[in-house]
Amino acid sequence: MSDTIILEVERFHPERDTEPSYQSFEVPLREDWMVLDALNHIKDQLDGSLAFRWSCRMGICGSCGMTVNGVPKLTCETLLINYAPGPVRVGPLDHFPVVKDLVVELDDFLAKLQKVRPWVVRKDDKKPEREFIQTPAQLEAFHQFSLCINCTLCYAACPVYGLDPNFIGPAAIALAHRYNLDSRDQGIEDRLDIVSQHEGIWDCTVVGECTTVCPKHVDPSLAIQQYKLTATKEWFKSFLLPRGKN
Amino acid sequence: MSSAKRSNEPIVWFLFGVGGFFAAYFLPIHIALYGLAFPLGLIRDPGYDKTLALLQNPLTRLYLFAVLTFCFFHAAHRMRLTMSDVLNMRHLNTVLAFLCYGGAIAGTICAIWLLVVVP
Amino acid sequence: MVQIVPAAEGKELTAMPQYTQFQPKAYRPRMSAYWYLDQWHYLRYAMRESSSFFVAYFCVVTLAQIAALSAGPTRYAHFQALMQCPAMIVLNALALGFILLHAVTWFLLVPRVALRQMLGKPTPDMIASVPNFMAWFGATVIVALFILGVF
Repeated sequence: MSDTIILEVERFHPERDTEPSYQSFEVPLREDWMVLDALNHIKDQLDGSLAFRWSCRMGICGSCGMTVNGVPKLTCETLLINYAPGPVRVGPLDHFPVVKDLVVELDDFLAKLQKVRPWVVRKDDKKPEREFIQTPAQLEAFHQFSLCINCTLCYAACPVYGLDPNFIGPAAIALAHRYNLDSRDQGIEDRLDIVSQHEGIWDCTVVGECTTVCPKHVDPSLAIQQYKLTATKEWFKSFLLPRGKN
Repeated sequence: MSSAKRSNEPIVWFLFGVGGFFAAYFLPIHIALYGLAFPLGLIRDPGYDKTLALLQNPLTRLYLFAVLTFCFFHAAHRMRLTMSDVLNMRHLNTVLAFLCYGGAIAGTICAIWLLVVVP
Repeated sequence: MVQIVPAAEGKELTAMPQYTQFQPKAYRPRMSAYWYLDQWHYLRYAMRESSSFFVAYFCVVTLAQIAALSAGPTRYAHFQALMQCPAMIVLNALALGFILLHAVTWFLLVPRVALRQMLGKPTPDMIASVPNFMAWFGATVIVALFILGVF
């Protein structure tokens, strides 16, 4: 095994370039390095102008999402030697506007997260006298979907989001589903109005890549299909019993 | 009413879902026998009389009607999405919907004609 | 939230920031028309979805078969002769392949959603798929026996 590996990094300077280009860097190939370590080596030793986001370097903050050889990954969790002998192509996450180099604009994603009302919605006005009690079984019902770290790898993997930027997207729907399943929440009807739209769950064609790339095993595809079942049940109820609900 | 804001896609998706199960459970054996085994002589064709007798059974006709109708709607929905996403015809969505679901309705009418009216 | 800087004041806030003096244009890549060729998983998805064309095709063939049956032995013999054409054999073989792909992917994906919805908690992956595969085998045998005239 050689001592070094080539990283082909996508560069884009907003004031100089109209299109991105690739720049090659030769970095040491250390057994314990992640792709993020290689990028930091480039920034420290080779080219300080390389721009990229990172923070915790342990797969929990969700900042370091990038496209590595065509696949969205958290670079802090992606072993460099898995790509030996290289070269390794590192680019920004797909389907998002590129601000500079490997940094993308996430405003659309953040707006969509807010849109689905990701908090415990209570319909009664009275102040609770004590904390809401929740059994382990009730927690288990939604726990998996609460593990999302907002890394947006699922948006980068989803071709429907690439084809239709209005699509609410896997993470937002999984988050809405997490609150629907929460025993403390009473907001399922409100969220159905927002999510059971064409650009909501119905745009999803079950490609399943969101689940494949998710680093936290949230399984957003499962959440979306479950949501479709819920929305269909509610549709039939409102169709057959129009005055059934207030 | 709040549900007025929601999409009416659930009904189409429901038909697609049921059709998916029917297509998965029943179509493979039909193709394997009528499409390959019998024409190639791998298994002896039961012959016109036996097949006609089978068709004349009302339960057979009910089964065929259910399988064909749901499979048509399953195929229509999936074909529309495939053409819209994979073949990049998203901008023609209305035309595709009209052609696909219209085709499924036409297929259903044909099935009713052949299974109910003709015999 | 988006910070309002002097040059942006007076303009409507949108999810996608527009060009201002202090904010150069971001690069917005267009998705390739052949996006499904970029990754094996996407190609597998495209193939799975293409099975729908063959589902529709064979349903039409079945309608033709029913019409031929009702029209009499001569017409049915014509139908059977048509099914023996090499082109039809190839088409039917392709159809069988794609519909098997549909069936396998369907049983692996769909039952676990219904099971999760019913039970409300995570379950092992195959626990919902295996009964469906078994039912598929059972349905195949029963339909085959009917078609072959055993019943």
